[in-house]
Amino acid sequence: MLSRVADSIYWMNRYIERAENVARFIDANFHMILDLPLGAQEQWSPLVNTTGDHERFAELYGEASRDNVIQFLTFDRNNPNSILSCLRSARENARSVREHISSEMWQQVNTFYLMVNEAAPQGVRMDLPHQFFVDVMMSSHQFVGITDSTMSHGEGWNFGRLGRMLERADKTSRILDVKYFILLPSVDYIGTPFDNILWAALLRSASAFEMYRKRHGRIDPEKIVDFLVLDTKFPRSIHHCLIAAESSLRNITGGSRGSFSNRAEQALGKLLADMDYVSIEEILHIGLHEYLDATQTRINQVGNAVFDTFFAQQPITDLGKSKASEQIQ
Amino acid sequence: MNFDNYDTGGFYDEMFDAQGVPRPGADLVVQRINSLPAEELIRRQRAAERALLHLGITFSVYGDQSGTERIFPFDIVPRIVQGKEWETMERGLKQRVHALNLFIHDVYNDQKILKDKVIPEELVFSADGFRKQCIGLKPPRNIWCHITGTDLVRHADGNYYVLEDNLRCPSGVSYVLENRLVMKRTFPMVFEACSVQPVTDYPSRLLDMLQGLAPRGVRDPVVAVWTPGIYNSAYFEHSFLAQQMGVQLVEGSDLVVHKGQLMMRTTKGLERVDVLYRRIDDDFIDPNVFRPDSMLGVPGLMEVYQHGHVALANAPGTGVADDKAVYAYVPDIIKYYLGEEAIIRNVPTYACWRPDDLQYVLENLDKLVVKAVNESGGYGMLVGPHATQAQREEFAGRLKAKPRNYIAQPTLALSRVPVLVDDHFEGRHVDLRPYILYGEDPYVLPGGLTRVALKKGSLVVNSSQGGGSKDTWVIDSKPSK
Repeated sequence: MLSRVADSIYWMNRYIERAENVARFIDANFHMILDLPLGAQEQWSPLVNTTGDHERFAELYGEASRDNVIQFLTFDRNNPNSILSCLRSARENARSVREHISSEMWQQVNTFYLMVNEAAPQGVRMDLPHQFFVDVMMSSHQFVGITDSTMSHGEGWNFGRLGRMLERADKTSRILDVKYFILLPSVDYIGTPFDNILWAALLRSASAFEMYRKRHGRIDPEKIVDFLVLDTKFPRSIHHCLIAAESSLRNITGGSRGSFSNRAEQALGKLLADMDYVSIEEILHIGLHEYLDATQTRINQVGNAVFDTFFAQQPITDLGKSKASEQIQ
Repeated sequence: MNFDNYDTGGFYDEMFDAQGVPRPGADLVVQRINSLPAEELIRRQRAAERALLHLGITFSVYGDQSGTERIFPFDIVPRIVQGKEWETMERGLKQRVHALNLFIHDVYNDQKILKDKVIPEELVFSADGFRKQCIGLKPPRNIWCHITGTDLVRHADGNYYVLEDNLRCPSGVSYVLENRLVMKRTFPMVFEACSVQPVTDYPSRLLDMLQGLAPRGVRDPVVAVWTPGIYNSAYFEHSFLAQQMGVQLVEGSDLVVHKGQLMMRTTKGLERVDVLYRRIDDDFIDPNVFRPDSMLGVPGLMEVYQHGHVALANAPGTGVADDKAVYAYVPDIIKYYLGEEAIIRNVPTYACWRPDDLQYVLENLDKLVVKAVNESGGYGMLVGPHATQAQREEFAGRLKAKPRNYIAQPTLALSRVPVLVDDHFEGRHVDLRPYILYGEDPYVLPGGLTRVALKKGSLVVNSSQGGGSKDTWVIDSKPSK
C-alpha cells in the first residue's frame, strides 16, 4: 500500500472519530446543564479544554459562553478541530484515497460532510441542537459499520482502525481528565442528587452510562475511573482502544506480541503492557491527572512513531523529495 | 410533461425531425417521457442531481470560502444516437486515430510526410505540442496515442464533423459512466424498453489496453493512474478510473526512479510500476527533460521510458497531432498513410498562415469562428456573428500580427437537443465526444460524452463556460426487446 494512501486512511478515520467525540461532549453537556439547579454556573469552558484548543479559543472569542463554545467546537472554520473542520479534512483524505476505500464509504463521508456543511450557516441558532449532535454521532457509527462491512480487512482497514482507536483512547482520556478535575472539588454537591447527575454526565460523555450500570451498578467515582480507563470490554475505554490498536498494528506488520521490529510497535507495545498490569489503586496513588497526562503524551508518541515508520517519505537517493507534512495531531 | 409545444427552432434536432416526428430510435423515449406527469419529471431531475452531489461528482466553486460545490450540470433527457449512424462514426474514428498514430510516429522518426511536403515542416515544428525530446522514440507497437477523445458536432446538413482531436489527456469519460448509472436509477423502465448499448465495459477495456503496454517479459504488470492531485479539476475522474480498474492512483511524490526502474513508495518499501496512465501534461512529467521547475514530476522518468522499462499512456509528444493548425491537414494525413478518404469530415478550415485564407478571413470575420491554435476550453476564440464590431477589429489586429496562431471556420449551426428548463423543454446546442482506446484491438465507447450549452442560444459547451452534460444512448433501431 502506498505510504500516502495509508496516511490518508489513518487520518480519515481519526478525523471522523474526533468529530464524533466533540459532538458527544457537547451533547452530554447540554443535557447535564438542563439538570442543574437554577443559578448553578454553566460549565462550558471545560469543553474547550477537552479538545485542547483553549488558547486558540481565547484568542478568537475571549470569554466562554454557551453559544461561542458551541460555535467554536462545531462550525468554526478557523478551529481545525471543529466538527466541520474535522469532516472537511476527513473528506479531503477520503477524496485522495477514493479508489482504495469502497464507494459506500466515500458516499458516507461525503454525505456526512454535506449534512454538517448545510447546517453551518444557521450555526448555534439551529432548531434542534440535540438532534444535530445525535446525527453526527450516528453518521460516524454508520461510517464505521460501512467500513467494516464493505472494505476488506487488510492493510488499509487496519491503518484505519489504528487511527480510530488511538484517537478514541486520546479523547476518552481527555474527557475523563477534564471532568474529573471539575467534579472532584465540587464539594457543594457531594452527597446531593447533583453529585450523581454530574458523574452520570461524565459517563454519558463517553456513551458509557448504560454499560457502566450493567458492569458496576452504583455510581462510584473510583469504579467509573476504573471502567473508563481499564475495562477491556467497553469499546471506549482506553485499555480496550489500545488493545484494538495494537492488534491492528500487528496485522499490518505481521509481527507477534512480545516483540517489535519498529518504533511504532515498540511504543505501543510498552504502553499497552503497562496498562495490562496497572491497578486502579496505583493510578489513583500516582494521581489520576498525572497518569492521564502521561498516557496522552505516550499516545501522541505512538502516533508520531506510526508516522515515522509508515508514512514519512524516506529520501531514497538525492532524487527523493520529502513531503513530510503531518496532519494536525 | 410532453413535447407537444417543443420547438426545434429550425435547427437540426437530435430527437425530432423537421416535422416534429421523433427520429428512429427516439420514439420510445419520447413516448415514455410524454407519459410522465410534469412534476414527476422535475422530481426525477432533482433526484438525479442529488445523486450526483452525494456521489461527490462535483467541482469546487473557485474562491468560495464556504465550501460550496456544484455538480457538473446534468440534464435527464438522453441524447439519442441511432445505431446505424454510430457504426459509421465508429469506423471513422478508428480510421482517424489509426492515421494520427502513424503520423505522430513518422514525425518523431522518419519524417516522410514532411519530406514529401504534404504538410509544411515549420508548421509541425512550431506546434505547441511538438516535443523535440521525443525524436527517435519508438513506443511499443509504435502506438503513441492510446486514449483519444474526439470532439464531433452535427451541422444543419445532418452530417457529423470532427471539431477537434484531443490526443493528450482527454477527460470526461467518468461523466459518461456516472451519467449512465444515474440514468439507470432514474429511468429504469425506459432502459427495459429500448436496447441501449452499454458503456460499463470501459474500465475493463482500458485496463486490458494498459496491461498490453507492459514491458516485455513482465507478468502481471503493475498499472497505475498518475494524477496531479486532489486539486486538479479532473481529480474525480482520475480516482474513479483507478478505482474501477482496481489499480493504484499515484501522485508524483509517490514515485521515484531507483536503479533504472520506476518505483512507488509503499508502507513496505519500494514497488515497481510497469505502466503509467498519466493524466498530467508532458511538460510536467520529468523535470530533467521537460520543464525543470515541475514540482509534480518524477526526475529520471523519461530515461526509464526510453529504455523501455516503463510504458506511458499516452506517450509524450502526442500533442503535435491535435494542434489546431495540424488539424487542417488531417484529411491529407489520412489519405497519405491509409490511401483512404476521411470517413468523418473535418470542418472546412481557413489556415490564416496561407495569405489567401487570411485575406478571406479578414473580409468575413462576421461570419466565421476564429480560434487561437494553442488555446482550448473555449478560450481565445471569436464567434464572429455574436461578437461586437470592436471585438472583431481587435481580433483582426491579432490575426495580422501572428497569422500562424489562428484558424477560422464557418459558424456551424450545431444540432440541438431538448433540455428540461423549469417546467418545459427547450432546444440547446450540443457536441459529442466519443472515446477511443487504441491498443491491439481498437475500441470505441458507444456514445460518449454529450456536452450541452445550457445558456440559451450559446454555442459554447465547455463546462468552464456554462456547459452541462447528458447521457448519450446509442440505440439500435431494430425492433425493441
